[in-house]
Amino acid sequence: MSEPVKKVFTKGNEAIAMAAINAGCHYYFGYPITPQNEIPEYMAAQLPKVGGEFLQAESEIASINMLLGAAATGVRVMTSSSGPGISLMQEGFSYFAGNELPAVVVNMSRQGPGLGGINATQGDYFQSVKGGGHGDYKLIVLAPHTGQELYDLTIKAFELAEKYRMLTLVLGDAILGQIKEPIVPWVPEKTAGDPDRDWLITGARGRAPRKITSLFLADGEMEKHNWHLQEKYARLEQNDVMVEERECADAQLVVVAFGSVARIVKSAIDEARAAGMKVGLLRPITLYPFPGRRLEALGRQCRNFLVAEMNTGQMVEDVKLSLPGDCRVEFYGRPGGSVPTPEDLFEVISETYEKMV
Amino acid sequence: MKQVFKRPESMTDKPFHFCPGCHHGIVHRLVAEALDHFTLREKTIGVASVGCSVFLYDYFAVDVIEAPHGRAAAVATGTKRVLRDRIVFTYQGDGDLAAIGTAEVIHAANRGDNITVIFVNNSIYGMTGGQMAPTTLLGQRSTTSPYGRDNQRDGYPIKMTEMLAALEGPSLVARVAVNTPGNVKKARKVIRQAFQMQIEGKGFSFVEVLSSCPTNWGMTPVEANRRIADEMIPYFPLGTLKQRDLVDTF
Repeated sequence: MSEPVKKVFTKGNEAIAMAAINAGCHYYFGYPITPQNEIPEYMAAQLPKVGGEFLQAESEIASINMLLGAAATGVRVMTSSSGPGISLMQEGFSYFAGNELPAVVVNMSRQGPGLGGINATQGDYFQSVKGGGHGDYKLIVLAPHTGQELYDLTIKAFELAEKYRMLTLVLGDAILGQIKEPIVPWVPEKTAGDPDRDWLITGARGRAPRKITSLFLADGEMEKHNWHLQEKYARLEQNDVMVEERECADAQLVVVAFGSVARIVKSAIDEARAAGMKVGLLRPITLYPFPGRRLEALGRQCRNFLVAEMNTGQMVEDVKLSLPGDCRVEFYGRPGGSVPTPEDLFEVISETYEKMV
Repeated sequence: MKQVFKRPESMTDKPFHFCPGCHHGIVHRLVAEALDHFTLREKTIGVASVGCSVFLYDYFAVDVIEAPHGRAAAVATGTKRVLRDRIVFTYQGDGDLAAIGTAEVIHAANRGDNITVIFVNNSIYGMTGGQMAPTTLLGQRSTTSPYGRDNQRDGYPIKMTEMLAALEGPSLVARVAVNTPGNVKKARKVIRQAFQMQIEGKGFSFVEVLSSCPTNWGMTPVEANRRIADEMIPYFPLGTLKQRDLVDTF
């Protein structure tokens, strides 16, 4: 007889920390910053109990580099932060890409620019998917929109990081991190990477010494390495795009939104449907790889799109690039400092629908 | 015939790319000798820094991770926290450790992270072509202090060994030089002690090695060695400033 499903009532940040430990992540390095402090606090309390280690670094620069040193040994490792701290980690992100090391970073983003505010925003979209560090690289970027999804995608983040030897960013925001809701924790089958991977730095016992480097000075080596990275990204775009579609089949207007905004949009769409409007939702779950091909296909059956974001227009650029040229795209954005209500979004959807359809 | 001198096992046979008279080759060898002495080659992980010593992985027959500029101590911390039974060392120049990486080394030292840091101080940026370092002496000319380092503008040469010796965390903090055979012998002993501290789990060990850069100093190797004695050692005095007891002495 199977066990009854056990629900846990928990904050989003704690859901992430719980998922990470259940995914076999026993090492965490981080620096305090609001609104994600429940993650390091949970790790500090729980990791010693599983024989793991929590270390509070002197800065986010140090934590991303501690992560790098730990990731090179092949264990599952994670750090978390928010806008200002994630900015400091960009150098490290670039090295992770160049070195091809797997790890998970959580950005519970807060408003900016500058010190900004501690409430929710989606202003870090560009930084996440376009790369904030130097060089021609990508991160895998996952955008959960509920407590359960924070849990599930954290586990997925470790799997993808290992599959592609890439840094995977879980992009949430202050709402998702702070909201408390019931989730069902679970333990994945695989809780560690393969111990036989031929790049692990463990000491050259009975084998040739290995190196982890992103320096390529010999003629042609740098270009070769970069093409190798690009081939990997192409595989990722081919195989691991995740997207949720809701009532798109007959939609005459499709709203595109991610993360907490997508969640608010869901309420607005229900209301719009109840009012007789044929409105659907396309929610990118992977922001990189972006579901561009799916959007392109959808653009052949529905011509009208509305992109809603908690920023002044970032993902909308990728939506426009993906859709067939004759699709019409409207944008609704609110900058850091405000969160739209379902009523706000219902109003925008109604107006857009009237104008476009 | 008995072989009396050979390449340490912890080194590869790749010829050094270092300039004539540069001390990196000597310091590399002393580190490799220490690893050989304790039979550590197969359990050692080196962390390379950015600068002339970035090619650590070409010369050491051990696993090596290359750290971003200044971050070697943080990278080593991450590695050592996972692999506590392995030996982890960083090898960093003065720009890397004493300018851009000051925070990382101070906090690794203060935590007493059980790693060994080899700090090569040649009072200049070597690889980038002779710019002023935090350890550049007062009056010393460099490409970014063409009229000499001026304390009114540039502050004073930073004394990392003295700073770190003030912390509770480190097990061993010492400054050595390799400009004379006598100093090489002393340096060999101290570097060995630094690794022994790590083997015995005593915590963070740090050896600053005063080193030459004839190319960027505009000197011959002999003049450069003399400069270390005449100008560097008087400002950066040699000696062990802090040392915990070791179980096994040799």
